[in-house]
Amino acid sequence: MIQYILRRVGALLLVLLGSTFLIYNLTAISGDPLEDLRISTEPNAAFLLQKAIEDLQLDVPPPVRYFNWLIGILGLGGAAPTMGLTVEGSEVLDIIGLAIPISIRLVIIATILSIVIGISIGIISALRQYSRFDYSITFIAFLFFSLPIFWVAVLLKQFAAIEFNNFLYDPVISTNWMIGLAFVGAFIFAGIVGGGRKRFLITIAAAFALNFATLYYISATGWLITPSLGPLLITVMALGIAFGITHLSTGIANRRVLFISLGLAALTPVFYFVLQPMFNEAFDGSMMLLLALGTIAVGFIVGYIFGGDDRSAAGRTGMIVAFLCAGLIALDRFMQSWDEYYNNEWIFGRPIATVGDSIPEIEGDYWMTGVDAFTHLLLPTAALMLISVAGYVRYSRASLLEVLNQDYIRTARAKGLTERTVIMRHAFRNSLIPLTTIMAFDFAGLLGGAIITEQVFAWRGMGTLFNTGLAKFDLNLVMSVVLITSVSALVFNLIADLVYSALDPRIRVTK
Amino acid sequence: MNLDNEAKGSEDSLEQRETAGLSQGQIVLRRFVRHRAAMISLFVLVFIILFVFTAGGLALGNTENPIRIMGWWQWDFTDLPPLQGVMGEPTLDIIPEFIDGTGMQIGEHPFGQDSIGQDYFSLVIRGAQQSITVMFIIGAVAAFLGTVMGAISGFFGKWIDQLIMRFVDLIITIPTLIIGAVIGIQIGNLGVFFLALFLGLVSWTGLSRLVRGEFLTLREREFVDAARVAGASNLRIIFKHILPNAIGVVIVSVTLLMSGAILLETALSYLGFGVVAPDTSLGALISANQDAFTVYPWLFWWPGLFIVTIALCINFIGDGLRDAFDPRQKRRISRKDRTEARALKKQS
Repeated sequence: MIQYILRRVGALLLVLLGSTFLIYNLTAISGDPLEDLRISTEPNAAFLLQKAIEDLQLDVPPPVRYFNWLIGILGLGGAAPTMGLTVEGSEVLDIIGLAIPISIRLVIIATILSIVIGISIGIISALRQYSRFDYSITFIAFLFFSLPIFWVAVLLKQFAAIEFNNFLYDPVISTNWMIGLAFVGAFIFAGIVGGGRKRFLITIAAAFALNFATLYYISATGWLITPSLGPLLITVMALGIAFGITHLSTGIANRRVLFISLGLAALTPVFYFVLQPMFNEAFDGSMMLLLALGTIAVGFIVGYIFGGDDRSAAGRTGMIVAFLCAGLIALDRFMQSWDEYYNNEWIFGRPIATVGDSIPEIEGDYWMTGVDAFTHLLLPTAALMLISVAGYVRYSRASLLEVLNQDYIRTARAKGLTERTVIMRHAFRNSLIPLTTIMAFDFAGLLGGAIITEQVFAWRGMGTLFNTGLAKFDLNLVMSVVLITSVSALVFNLIADLVYSALDPRIRVTK
Repeated sequence: MNLDNEAKGSEDSLEQRETAGLSQGQIVLRRFVRHRAAMISLFVLVFIILFVFTAGGLALGNTENPIRIMGWWQWDFTDLPPLQGVMGEPTLDIIPEFIDGTGMQIGEHPFGQDSIGQDYFSLVIRGAQQSITVMFIIGAVAAFLGTVMGAISGFFGKWIDQLIMRFVDLIITIPTLIIGAVIGIQIGNLGVFFLALFLGLVSWTGLSRLVRGEFLTLREREFVDAARVAGASNLRIIFKHILPNAIGVVIVSVTLLMSGAILLETALSYLGFGVVAPDTSLGALISANQDAFTVYPWLFWWPGLFIVTIALCINFIGDGLRDAFDPRQKRRISRKDRTEARALKKQS
């Protein structure tokens, strides 16, 4: 095993050497980084030109310069490792250090959400193969695949930001819109539930009534300006989560697990009141992380202790239920800050941002900055997600259909397992194995950022650095992005192979 | 339960009866023709291709010695006609007279005019031509290189395989957009043909991996041994015996590669690393007009619609081909098929 990894890492380094050499020379001969300076009429232009040529070693031919650059990065020249200077003369390493967190913030949320949502839709689509729902999802997935992201981005800016902000001045939903939205929602929901024609119509009617009532409430109370969940709604939603998660994990028939998750859910309103005074100015990200981990631990321990024979299953269920219920409380707290954010002088009553990654002028506690991050993340995340959700839907659907055709699924059904156990324990888990490779590629892309999305939404991440670097022929800047993306692609590829062989015992990496 | 089994049995026999006496190609063709979305997409795509190439004519050669074959559309994408209307809004009207009072018409500038007065219809047509050209060239280059490299790598194995696959790793390591941008900035000014050619030179890697995988399993099969014993040369075994068995993988992944190619070209042109002025492409049109969305929305909608339609068609065709080539794929058994099968059973 270790020998295999070492051999792979060796090959990886060679490949890296080759690809960076190639890109370095291609970029170097593309253009002249000092064109601005050469035509400049400033009195000290000649001096600046001379200095830039010396700093960037432009008098050295590119293939030789590449090795100097390599020595610099590895810190072999006796000095600390450096990625060289930009054309303007600042350290590339410092600029990269600022850009990476911004890119990660943008891409990680989109990636995780796409994986969760895409796989869920793909699974439902596969289970309802050849239904109306399946056909619609297939069509929508292909449509999203075919969308150029920069085109979607402009549409989102126009309709999800500018028009939506206009709408927020007077957030009253017209009756036509209410009927339309409620019907579309009900239709999708009924498609997911499935069943015969009669059940389909009943589901549509019920879901329509519920949707319409919700929209009416949102419109009548101006909920979009002063959103909140409140302890009552949180309790109802927590109980719903408890039922839902239990249904998916062990089934409602398992009373013991059901009572554990209902018990955890019933604690939510208690914690709601206990936690409110804690959510003050001193609250910060590390406390949030601590709380999240604490909740998960408590949920798991409760499930494990009271789980009886099904210890681990009950522990898992408790963990998920506790985490989601705590999420409701946090969501409510963020909503409480919305009013303050909306009325902030920097917002001008137009909360959904079209450009930038944050408004640095906004002073506030953890919750305010959280809301600010949300309004800036909303559009780029939506644009990125549209396309990658479509990918995950297609892959997970195909993968589950493949698994459902296997003999071990027939065996599982034949020995009398419930359909839920067959799908969730036997089929779903195995269908995730081939997806690890795709997930690894997506996570490898995290560090590289999103070249087009960052450009459209004016985020100062890695993608923007690459763009400006290439447009100005700024070699060191371009190479830093190339290097980081290539390294992470190769490393994640290796990890994917290792994970794959661990998950699927038929594959042996050592061969 | 019993009834269920019977229906299942008749479904299988139905499938067998349908494919009896047909060659592989005929079965695939039949399955493809039955895929409704794929067939509609194929017709739409062929229509778009014929439409844009006859309307816009051909512009070949380089900027010094342009070779122009005019199409049937009255304006050329380099013309500067006077501005019509208030700000060059589209004259296309497809709503008949009895609904909105104005009649259906195409008018002088159906897609409107851009901010300097150029006829937008001819610009979009030109852009679509570019995108389609890029798509086919990248597809052809990548299909050829990917198949040949994958075949050589999988068939001969050993150090040749190692060499080719390490090179594939090398290209795959770098994100497509990055390598495309570096190529675009070098080649973009030479025109769309060379841009596509060079993009094709780096797009074959994924395909070659797939072909190699197919070859690795197929070369161990008995029919290959039989061919070798009969004295066939390596080339003959590769191209006459193994490749026809791997053709499904090639065709399907080339279609998907082509839909990726059209998005890659538009993205590069959008970023300014692809097709450069005075020539134009769909991505460049969107890039140039995106800030004027509220004032001139048509300048933004038309090129986008063309990109989406072309890419969507290719994706559906690819899906149809994948279904058609997949031997495990069972088509949906409709109620009509069931009654037919039952009737047939009664007869016998």
